[in-house]
Amino acid sequence: MAKLLLFGYGNPGRGDDALGPELIERIARLHFADVECQNDMQLQVEHVTDLAACGRVLFIDADMSCAEPFEFSELSPEKDGSYTSHAMNPNALLHAYRQVYGKDAPQAFLLRIRGYDFKLGDPLSDKATVNLEAATKLIVEFCSAESPSFWRQEKLKAGGIWPFT
Amino acid sequence: MEQNGNSTTNLRRVAIDPISRVEGHGKITLMLDAANHIHEARLHIVEFRGFEKFIQGRPYWEVPFFVQRLCGICPVSHQLAAAKAVDQLVGVEQLTPTAFKLRRLLHFGQTLQSHALHFFHLSSPDLLFGFGSDPAQRNIVGVLDKYPELALKGVKLRKFGQQIIAAISGKRIHGTATVPGGMNKALTIAEREILLADINDILAWCQDAVALNEQIHTAHPEHHGYAAIRSNFLSMTGSGGELELYHGGLRARSADGAKIFDQFDYRAYQSVIREEVRPWSYMKFPYLIELGKQQGWYRVGPLARVNNCDFIATPLAEASRKRFREFGNGGFVHDTLAYHWARMIEALHCAESIYELLHDPEITGTDLVANFGDKHSVGIGVIEAPRGTLFHHYQIDEQGLIEKANLIVSTTSNNQAMNESVRAVANEYLDGHEITEGLLNHLEVAVRAYDPCLSCATHALGKMPLQVELLDAGGALLDRLTKGGNGMIERTA
Repeated sequence: MAKLLLFGYGNPGRGDDALGPELIERIARLHFADVECQNDMQLQVEHVTDLAACGRVLFIDADMSCAEPFEFSELSPEKDGSYTSHAMNPNALLHAYRQVYGKDAPQAFLLRIRGYDFKLGDPLSDKATVNLEAATKLIVEFCSAESPSFWRQEKLKAGGIWPFT
Repeated sequence: MEQNGNSTTNLRRVAIDPISRVEGHGKITLMLDAANHIHEARLHIVEFRGFEKFIQGRPYWEVPFFVQRLCGICPVSHQLAAAKAVDQLVGVEQLTPTAFKLRRLLHFGQTLQSHALHFFHLSSPDLLFGFGSDPAQRNIVGVLDKYPELALKGVKLRKFGQQIIAAISGKRIHGTATVPGGMNKALTIAEREILLADINDILAWCQDAVALNEQIHTAHPEHHGYAAIRSNFLSMTGSGGELELYHGGLRARSADGAKIFDQFDYRAYQSVIREEVRPWSYMKFPYLIELGKQQGWYRVGPLARVNNCDFIATPLAEASRKRFREFGNGGFVHDTLAYHWARMIEALHCAESIYELLHDPEITGTDLVANFGDKHSVGIGVIEAPRGTLFHHYQIDEQGLIEKANLIVSTTSNNQAMNESVRAVANEYLDGHEITEGLLNHLEVAVRAYDPCLSCATHALGKMPLQVELLDAGGALLDRLTKGGNGMIERTA
């Protein structure tokens, strides 16, 4: 099985922005084989080097507008239009990967966990904590799977939460 | 005060909120007079005060880790400044040789990655494509398209700095590198070897970056006067007057180079620096007491440091510094855009220093924590963070809980200077009643020379729109331009 990279990003000091890094911390403590856990405050272009060594990547971020408790989506490379921030979005990172390495980036997905409050110094909100629990449970199942076929189970496809085909 | 000498009557207000590609919640208000000249420029930045409140009541030993949350670009700088303050609280005057060198190595790694981000990722698109070029191209991805070799060097420089941080801290973000009186983890020989494998490339790329910045600045006369102001400069220097980023004395010089104070013990900073509060801003306005509120504002950061020091202790950076000073005819270089040139000189100094430290046998030592002395109730740590002098000042109670904190971050020190630069640019590029994207771009270029990061990091999706408003003297909206997180621009007035 190709190595799976779980990459969470967010500021642990800003309330629900910590959802991505917190999920990564939880998964890292379980020491799954062939699963690499990384996190950072923001997504930046140098993170293409993290993608180079994996066969599949799942980005994990907090989101103020997605459905509860979380949403999955498959990512495709897109030139970065989000120039109003110095943090990149994951689609732009995949585009940068192609620019840097001259080939397509690994298959990539985004898990957006619903957050509500991003104030400096606040802990995770109660509602975000509930969403984190649900997301953690699912990611543990994925990481525990012995083969990628697990990820294609009908129940997941039927639920519309995992877009592998 | 960043005002022209006109009357305050018949003023219109131009508000730009927030500043794009500058992290945090920033807003610029330009107040016009009846003749459409800039009467006053106000750069609003929030949240630093909130952080000082946030850490009150926390145990002092937790502070170096909590303060990392202040900034997404330079968390290590805050950790190190706080760690130096905590050393004083536990009565440690001198670290073990290995701990001292590890902290310096950590700081050089942090500064290198931050400088690489600042120049390659954020500012090089402006300088390479032009301030008014297509925004869709004017970013690091555009640089990758047009100048892939250069962009890759920037990517790898930043990555290398982060590898140093990860090796010393144990993880990429929110590591536990420092402990009271020392360091938490030794650098293993294997970790050192991994870093050494790339150091010669890093040195070469930093030299290239200095040469590029020198070429850009000297070949573009229009850059010399852009957002230009003359100012006092403040920085730390080493005991011999050398560039020093981790530990030294404070040196302040006037715009013409006259020393105001030198080798001043930073623990007594409040006797030479005072912070003025202005009702319209969350951020204070520090000034040199000796010169007073009106004349005492100053600049910090790479431009201040490279101007202020007598020499740089590493040979390649020193040769670059000499060329920099020759450009200023031996005097200070005041060009705001020369911040980038000075920044890359410092990046080269970091690379050289990293090379030296990685070859120092003591860097892999295991004597990491000094013995504690008499405890103190006040600790003041100061370092030269990537964007300038950073003050962390803590007072604790008998239980060791933080009673009071005062942070002067680099952005605060540059507050007045950024206002002055913004006013200079707006005076030149604001035309009539309309906020144009061109004006925004030019204002951003000025602010980014100082600082890509006006506050602490948050990046939640869809949280960083850019809005420009033009209001009349009575507050009525004349024009509004909104730039969304996807780069789309909408005029709504």
